[in-house]
Amino acid sequence: MIKHFINLEWKSFFRSAAFQTNLVLKIFMALGALYFIGIFTLAGVGAYFGLEKAGLEPLETINRFMIYYVVLDLVIKYMLQKMPVVNIKPLLLLPFKKAKIVDFALGKTMLSFFNIVHAFFFIPFSVVLIGQGYDPVHVITWHLGMLAMIYINNFINVFLNDAMPLVIGLASVIIGIGALQYYGIFDVTPYTGAYFQGLFEQLWMFAIPVVLALVLYKVAHAYFLKRLYLDQGLSAKAKEATTENLDWLDRFGKTALFLKNDIKLIKRNKRSKTTVIMSVVFLFYGLLFFTGGIESYDNPFMKIFAGIFVTGGFLFSFGQFVPSWDSSYYPLMMTQNISYEEYLKSKWMLVVIAAGISTILGLGYLYFGWEAYAAVFVGGIYNMGVNGHVVLWGGAYIKTPIDLTSNKKAFGDSSSFNVKTLLITMPKLLLPIALYAIGHFTLGPVFGYALVALAGVAGFAFRDFMFKKIIGIYKAEKYKTIAAYKQKN
Amino acid sequence: MIHIHDLSKTYNGVTVLKIDELHIPKGESFGLVGNNGAGKTTLFSALLDLIQPTTGYIQNGEAKVNESEAWKSHTASFIDESFLIGYLTAEEYFYFIGELRGQNKADVDKLLAGFEDFFNDEILGKRKYLRDLSKGNMKKVGIVATLIGNPEVVILDEPFANLDPTTQIRLKGIIKKLASETGVTVLVSSHDLMHVTDVCERIVVLEKGSVVNDIKTSEATLKELEAYFSKESLGVNEI
Repeated sequence: MIKHFINLEWKSFFRSAAFQTNLVLKIFMALGALYFIGIFTLAGVGAYFGLEKAGLEPLETINRFMIYYVVLDLVIKYMLQKMPVVNIKPLLLLPFKKAKIVDFALGKTMLSFFNIVHAFFFIPFSVVLIGQGYDPVHVITWHLGMLAMIYINNFINVFLNDAMPLVIGLASVIIGIGALQYYGIFDVTPYTGAYFQGLFEQLWMFAIPVVLALVLYKVAHAYFLKRLYLDQGLSAKAKEATTENLDWLDRFGKTALFLKNDIKLIKRNKRSKTTVIMSVVFLFYGLLFFTGGIESYDNPFMKIFAGIFVTGGFLFSFGQFVPSWDSSYYPLMMTQNISYEEYLKSKWMLVVIAAGISTILGLGYLYFGWEAYAAVFVGGIYNMGVNGHVVLWGGAYIKTPIDLTSNKKAFGDSSSFNVKTLLITMPKLLLPIALYAIGHFTLGPVFGYALVALAGVAGFAFRDFMFKKIIGIYKAEKYKTIAAYKQKN
Repeated sequence: MIHIHDLSKTYNGVTVLKIDELHIPKGESFGLVGNNGAGKTTLFSALLDLIQPTTGYIQNGEAKVNESEAWKSHTASFIDESFLIGYLTAEEYFYFIGELRGQNKADVDKLLAGFEDFFNDEILGKRKYLRDLSKGNMKKVGIVATLIGNPEVVILDEPFANLDPTTQIRLKGIIKKLASETGVTVLVSSHDLMHVTDVCERIVVLEKGSVVNDIKTSEATLKELEAYFSKESLGVNEI
């Protein structure tokens, strides 16, 4: 039985559309995975010695902050990890026991990259602990406890499939607690730290998370087993349609037709809503740079970088997947009497308007001085003038079909990653930094900001040229694109 | 209206479509039959410039479909669900198509009013996105959308599949009327020989990508087709 499941998984992995791309892409995927593994391993080994050097008891410090690690893991899992229900339907009619199908689905989540990756932190860390003379038995029970915590998250995530508000709530509570701790008002870590430290000190305590993980497995198992019907757990919930009057957009002429459609697309689909949430998150990204919280970020060039990101969240996350947003009905678009220019203009307007709004919302950065906002402001102008086109240009090469109704894989869609798009990403970030540097070293920072802004303004002049170029790509790649969109992930 | 010349499509050395010459005059109702893999959908896809022919060309009106886009303004088609926009309601979809074809809301409403029976009160005003409709209802939406904006060529792939019997009969009426009264060129593919012989003046049989029969529909056509396809199946049994 298990053999069949594994066989199916093997095939679905190696025969997926994403995997059957070119060799370069595979190498990049492998490099990406190695990068993460490397980071985690380094963190595992480095954490001990780094903390020791800083004069802290390494294990105790790790345990103190473990609560953030665990919660962050849950949030990331919710955002990225796919739920197992998707591939179950065809199995229902085959002579498999239902309990086995559920076991398989849950087992599959356990082997996910999002669980495995933690091993690369905890194993080196534990090895270092033992090497440094910590009692091996205690280290191992602590390690098992941590493993169980990761799996507790895994099974909680199984239930959370459609609970965005809950997760946002949880994330805000944690951010709140973190802020309280940062400002020294209330510190939660002594309480949670005591628990994690206890996992090390009391041999029996590791049983708590392990038993909890097992119980959660049982509960998840029962939960799915009961809902293994097409009209229950496996059904797609149909929401009642809402209609809205977008006629005020008609002032934009023929572009309005597509603009109205794009707004509906964003409002009515999970995946695109996630994109909007992401762009809000990007707004806060600048805090890392302007608060001086991270030393290596604290220089004028990185501030331009921040400015680009703060104002470009939507631009990057939405723009780079044009035209893939329309992938599910691309043949329709290709057989209708559609002017590419109006189609593109609509998407362009969306990203430019979003960048504009972000620039205004970025006014909050004035709190960190005028220079901080200057970086955001010129970043915004550059995004509107230059990156608005560049991102659409890059998108023309991305042929990943987007499943609008699922918000999983919203980031790090591996097949959206190829050499051409990578090359096109360069001017989005490096060019404004280079421009600023030129100004910074000749006439001073103000001239640097002015140069970036100037490039942005000049960018508007090239709109028609860029559109023509993108349209050329659309036409040249048409058949390939249609064929690629036909493949489901 | 449509002229196919020396058309072929080859995937990895396997020829899936090869039509030397085919002419479909204006106002003809044209039926395409053939077993799975005979090349029906490939032909329609090539006709709509969704796939690139290996050799030859298709001319629709004045334009070669892979060179000019002029054919798009007078051609409407429904091949599969990828011709529907899942996150729109049926009305929004019709208006969207209408606007693309130069029809305002009033024009579209007028057209839709004529299809009240066809929709059987399951489509309009239902507060449902297209992605949540049943397959049959999706098909109804797709078919009616092809009629918006007075197209001169209508291409329907398997329009009868998934429809309930009442709707099938109504659809036959619609297609017949289109060709005979308004001079629209209708191209239909189907596995249902009875339906095709009912609505089409001319039926072309495809087998392994080639035209093996080109019949002007008469009383005897259904028998002829049935004989042809059962012979084919006998052939398989003999092996």
